[in-house]
Amino acid sequence: MRSRLNSLIDALLPVLATLAALFVGAVMLLILKVNPIVAYAALWDGAFGSTNALAETLVKATPLLLVGLGICISFRGDVINIGGEGQMIIGAVLATWVGLNFTGLPGWLTILLSMFAGFLGGAIWGGIPGVLKAYFRVNEILSTVMMNAIAVQFMNFLLRGPMIDPAQAQAASQIPQTARLEEIFRLPRLAPTRLHLGALIAVILAVLVYILLWRTTLGYRIRAVGQNPHASRYAGIKVPRYMVLALLLSGAFAGLAGAIQVFGVNYRMITDGSASGFTGSAGFNGIVAALFGGLHPILTIPASILFGALLVGANKMQRVVQVPSALITALNGLVVVFVVSSEIIRRRRQRRREAVAKRDDETPLTGNKPISQAEAGS
Amino acid sequence: MDPIIILQAGVATGTVLLFATIGEIFAERSGVMNLGVEGMMLMGAMTAFSTTIATGNPWLGVLAAMLAAGLISQVHAFITITLQADQVVSGLALTFLGTGISLVLGEGLSKAGTVSLLPNFSIPLLSQIPFLGPILFTKQSVMVYIGYLFTPLTWYFINHTRPGLNLRSVGEYPSAVDSLGISVFRLRYFYVFIGGMLAGLAGATISLAVSPGWFSELTTAGQGWIAVGLVIFAQWDPVRAMFGSYAFGALRRLILDIQGPTILFGFNNPFYYNPYWGFFLQMLPYAFTVIVLVIGSREAMRKRLGAPAALGNPYIRGERGK
Repeated sequence: MRSRLNSLIDALLPVLATLAALFVGAVMLLILKVNPIVAYAALWDGAFGSTNALAETLVKATPLLLVGLGICISFRGDVINIGGEGQMIIGAVLATWVGLNFTGLPGWLTILLSMFAGFLGGAIWGGIPGVLKAYFRVNEILSTVMMNAIAVQFMNFLLRGPMIDPAQAQAASQIPQTARLEEIFRLPRLAPTRLHLGALIAVILAVLVYILLWRTTLGYRIRAVGQNPHASRYAGIKVPRYMVLALLLSGAFAGLAGAIQVFGVNYRMITDGSASGFTGSAGFNGIVAALFGGLHPILTIPASILFGALLVGANKMQRVVQVPSALITALNGLVVVFVVSSEIIRRRRQRRREAVAKRDDETPLTGNKPISQAEAGS
Repeated sequence: MDPIIILQAGVATGTVLLFATIGEIFAERSGVMNLGVEGMMLMGAMTAFSTTIATGNPWLGVLAAMLAAGLISQVHAFITITLQADQVVSGLALTFLGTGISLVLGEGLSKAGTVSLLPNFSIPLLSQIPFLGPILFTKQSVMVYIGYLFTPLTWYFINHTRPGLNLRSVGEYPSAVDSLGISVFRLRYFYVFIGGMLAGLAGATISLAVSPGWFSELTTAGQGWIAVGLVIFAQWDPVRAMFGSYAFGALRRLILDIQGPTILFGFNNPFYYNPYWGFFLQMLPYAFTVIVLVIGSREAMRKRLGAPAALGNPYIRGERGK
């Protein structure tokens, strides 16, 4: 009974963190001379107010979940992947190329090949920093950020050059976008809304990632390397190989997110010249969602829906109270701030509980520490 | 494609990276990695520009920028030093926070028109030196000259003064500092604040001197991240940071200039006739950062030195080891 209450309080900490972030956000709204209640009501209405709104929220949550799943893998392996944006872009580019060129095949086969191309593209773009980290000791945080910037310019090159929509190439506007995918090569929709098959794929993959991490040798080794690389090396695990693998898989999921964004939502690749012009910053927000879900693939599902709702709701909020939707970027930062801060409360409670348990029965506790989010991310 | 102009502009734009990099060197030398440089720079650039619009005095803008970025850095300090949470996650959160706040408060600033900027001037006598004079001392912004003075001073401070010794020790072996009765926590808070102020200065240097104005995220365009990378290349040494920063500045200018002429080295310039090839040029600063990181990491491995030993670890009083 006691332990159930304890785990309930632990589970509620992220909720409290969100409320705290919303409170600070309300203060910011007051500074901007906006009624926070009106603003948040608009946000809620925009995210959940109708069937269409709910579908939009799930559509926005899909890439967050996919990127977040990759983050669960890499952060558990103690590899920090900030390169989701670039990996999404490269995955999408490769998938779009397949979708536009393999038009002789049956629709389902081309879609399958495209998804695989997206997976592969992300894996390559994540694998490069992985190799640099494992064999050249290059800090992966910085190399993945740089790979993002390189991917953006590569996308700009392709979408204004070789891959530009033939119609745009002749028009004066020169909008950087590819041709539109034919109807049979698009991911089917699930309801009379914009919700598409990709959302379902993402949820299934969340379960698969859970199995990968906790029910397979591969996942065990990735986590072991993340917890203690030295001990893993003595146990005969080839540490560099699993570092590369963690980043590679992480990138692959982001690449798939990019591919699904093209095949399920836009039906073409389009940008405004920046990374977020295509990704909508899902490569970054996916990190926030995964951290919020405690780096647990299943808990990342509700976390992605929460942040998807914030993003969709923010557009409505912007229309109703004229607050820039960038407020959500600040709010995301605040949520992470409060989540990592609440982590110490959880750790202290844990320590106190262990102390009590130790006093109750004098058997010494073994040293297996609980995986906390902060430790997993260090 | 005049090399003098490229180097001259390189020193000017490199000054932005210089301030941000040295700021991060201070924080990391004390044992706190702050990945939020990009967010703090945006805060600085936005605050500097809006304060200058409001008051008409760019120096007040610089001051406000340093204070704003310094203040927001204290969020990171509190989370990582007092709450002992993960520095990477907190730094990322700071990037989001700083970016979000500056975009919200900077809404509409891009249409605010012209403001009085920081002065540019030439140094008499020094500007007469052949080659170096026109590059370093002719019509440069006052911020560039501040950079010249600032770099050797920080080098001297870190390596040859008593507080500098404390700074280095707190990043290498904090419990030794603690045993001398010096507060590890207070020192780290202080240097994270200094790091934030310098990132703010870097932001102000962009919006009030180097490329004046407010262009939302494009104001910094990832330079905060390049600065964090330069710290590793610089091996936590301000003088190496200076050369790295100026080299990056020159590269940025070279990329702009190479797309201008119709004839390049006797050939038709491919970047002029196919403008979209220019995107490959724009990859260069980031690709170079990766190369620079490989070089920096190899060197650190060879010399058996590099990052401060306690970098990334929270200091917990009474706990064994670091």
